[in-house]
Amino acid sequence: MPKININGQEIEFEKGMTVLQACELAHVEIPRFCYHEKLSIAGNCRMCLVEMEKSSKPIASCAMPAVEGMNIKTNTAFVEKARKGVMEFLLANHPLDCPVCDQGGECDLQDQSMFYGIDKSRFVENKRQVKEKYMGPLIKTQMTRCIHCTRCVRFATEVAGVPEICAIGRGENMEITTYLEKAMESELSANVIDLCPVGALTSKPYAFEARPWELKKTESIDVMDAVGSNIRVDSYNWEVKRILPRLNNEINEEWISDKTRYSCDGLLKQRLDAPYIKKDNRLQKSSWEEAIDLVFNKIKAINSNEIAGHIGDMVNLENALAFKKLFKILNSNNIEFREKKFYVNSSEKINYLFNSSIRGIEDSDLILLIGTNPRHEATMLNARIRKAYVQKKTPIFSIGNPGDLTYDYTILGNKSDDIKKILNKEVEFSKKLLSSKKPIIIIGESTLSLKSGKYIFEEVKNFLNKNNFIKKDWNALNFLPQNASTVGLIDLKILSKENEKDYSFFKKLNNSEFKLLYLLGSDNLEFKKNNEFIIYQGSHGDRGAEIADVVLPSPAYTEQNGLYENLEGRIQECKKASYPIGEALEDWKIFNLIIKKLNKTEDLSTFNLLRKEVLNSIPNFSKLNELPVYKDSFNKNNETNFISDDILIKELDYFYTNSISRASKTMSECRQITRSSKKTGTDN
Amino acid sequence: MSLKQVHSEQPKEFKFSNENLIKAEEILKRYPEKNRKSAVMPFLYLAQRQNNNWIPLAALKYIAKYLSMPYISVYEIATFYTMYNLAPVGKHFVQVCTTTPCLIRGADKIVKLCKEKISPNENKLSKDGICSWMEVECLGACVSAPMIQINDDYYEDLDEKSTIEILDSLIKDKPLKPGSYRGRKNTAPEKKQLKNGENYA
Repeated sequence: MPKININGQEIEFEKGMTVLQACELAHVEIPRFCYHEKLSIAGNCRMCLVEMEKSSKPIASCAMPAVEGMNIKTNTAFVEKARKGVMEFLLANHPLDCPVCDQGGECDLQDQSMFYGIDKSRFVENKRQVKEKYMGPLIKTQMTRCIHCTRCVRFATEVAGVPEICAIGRGENMEITTYLEKAMESELSANVIDLCPVGALTSKPYAFEARPWELKKTESIDVMDAVGSNIRVDSYNWEVKRILPRLNNEINEEWISDKTRYSCDGLLKQRLDAPYIKKDNRLQKSSWEEAIDLVFNKIKAINSNEIAGHIGDMVNLENALAFKKLFKILNSNNIEFREKKFYVNSSEKINYLFNSSIRGIEDSDLILLIGTNPRHEATMLNARIRKAYVQKKTPIFSIGNPGDLTYDYTILGNKSDDIKKILNKEVEFSKKLLSSKKPIIIIGESTLSLKSGKYIFEEVKNFLNKNNFIKKDWNALNFLPQNASTVGLIDLKILSKENEKDYSFFKKLNNSEFKLLYLLGSDNLEFKKNNEFIIYQGSHGDRGAEIADVVLPSPAYTEQNGLYENLEGRIQECKKASYPIGEALEDWKIFNLIIKKLNKTEDLSTFNLLRKEVLNSIPNFSKLNELPVYKDSFNKNNETNFISDDILIKELDYFYTNSISRASKTMSECRQITRSSKKTGTDN
Repeated sequence: MSLKQVHSEQPKEFKFSNENLIKAEEILKRYPEKNRKSAVMPFLYLAQRQNNNWIPLAALKYIAKYLSMPYISVYEIATFYTMYNLAPVGKHFVQVCTTTPCLIRGADKIVKLCKEKISPNENKLSKDGICSWMEVECLGACVSAPMIQINDDYYEDLDEKSTIEILDSLIKDKPLKPGSYRGRKNTAPEKKQLKNGENYA
């Protein structure tokens, strides 16, 4: 490997690195504003100047490729003077409004001017004033503070794939703006707030809420979709003030979606704070004793096979397991977690995972989407696909039309017949697929919920198995679930065998065969309420609580510890950042109350036992935060009949997918804006 | 008012005229197919020519679609370069050079006259809407300073008297001829011979 000399220290670096990256290898800190490792290099802030031997001028280390034998110095008076000079220019037009700026305390400019700047300015001229720009309901702008690093511009064009932010004008008059000051139409838009090194782009919902040093920071996991993005929850007292991304190159890199970030204001609204019982056709506040008594009496009075349970989209594994145990005690196996009928084959683990892994998308050389819109179903995963598309020009194909995905793709057809043709090698595309080395086939929930879902899934799997695409080092079969709980709940064998195959739960539900329905955080189950007695246990007064006869309050995902399994089968821990509201109790504690009432004290569970049992019952489990162990697929030829079907992709109401986002004011603002822009079209 | 700010009254539609469409296709031939968007600058210029010397938003969009670029990229380019006008200018568009050589030769007097004769502010149409003026950076004719550019033509070697004549002629919509106003031929020396009797080269 080539070597470079940094401050007298010899460092080996990889070819293609820049001087700045080499300095980082040597643990030498270089101040920077415009440089960001996940974005392209701009080299326009000049803060990273260093001294290079044989160069009379300082060089911008972020844009200078490192070369064998370079001699770099970063601690000389020459460098110090250069940094001071750059800093003075950056501050020439920057307002001195740190006390009223939301970035204060986590501002790169503030920190770096303390370390590398000088304490006074020689500029007596007036500072320039720039009008605020409208950038939608999430981004608050104060463009006078902007130092034109263009990180936001590069993020919007490169990562988000919506070239809507740009720098207009030039020189002194340069301004960052969106086209005609419209809201950015991206699910990743709020990441520009994290990227902004100064307070020019700050968070609108979080404006003047708190200072960063006052907040308690908890490293946790997101549950808005099945990706399991790594987040940091910042809370003040019990209130969750904001959610920020945490670096995890395996999953979300440095970004999170707007829904992940801004649903948190929904944690303060529509909350269930005490048990409620329906009396005189109205839900009225009551006590735990009264509510549990009522539940107990109903359970006693109703036949065990007429009791059913449905687990919602954001329930963690421990609580789900406790729920399953409760139902075992109740002697009922009518538990379900699917919100609509879709085909699941739980016989082996690869059948319901995103096996290629999110990072694997970057290595792929062909991507085929079957009936899925990853932009809405798994935003961060879509960002990865875009990354592969931009950096490696990976060809992307789709069956069914998902609309704008922020990258170009070819639609191969929109019927199940088209899939059959591909699998029978009747079309040109089959050759492409077979000649590719690392293909990825992503099957969405929309596909599996079709009549032909079973056929498509099993035949695609057979095809891949036959052609050696399901191996240890590369597995091309991918299922894209929509909910955070889906994969984990399949692993916990929540579905009974017969239910899995013939949807007996849905049949009975639609025939009103259940007399008691226990909804565990389940708000998206669509059915007609008949005479069922409905128990809703969850955090928000949403669709589930609306139809309930008894409401039992439980904490939301930021208020309890719990494990979640993401779509790759990675088990991650969601940590408690604040306290349950009012009288709410953890779900497993509520089940304990019921079990106690049933006089089965030997079956009471504790959290630690539940967690141990969860980890033991997950098949192929390796380690927390790691991918599961690969096991060879036993190739059981599942005979399936072909059904000709239109592949329709069910449109998700992106900002309204779960009870927390439906309670969030910010999310409904976003929803309104996307709706109105859809109505008028983007062409005005 | 700045020519770099989007004008409040915008025409609804813009399309290249048939003549310009032929020109546009000619321009596109200069660039490889994958670099179509290189044609954005000549296209903007064509649009400006077609639309009374200014570019409306509709034209930005039309060009963006024509070259399959994001709107904002075209907008960015149009705001970056000083010779694209994003708001209407007069039929006679006076650009006064006020960079150093012209300024020491009296460009400030010309500016003053423009303020009196055309409009008190830069980039504002005169009362009859026929003229507008603006200060610009060096137009590269320092040898015949001070000078102004009216539409495509240079009026050079000006003084107060000649400027008044020119501006008056503009207001009457009968512009005088361009060129030197001290009788020079192009940028040739005023006297044909040096003091010692030799001819200038």
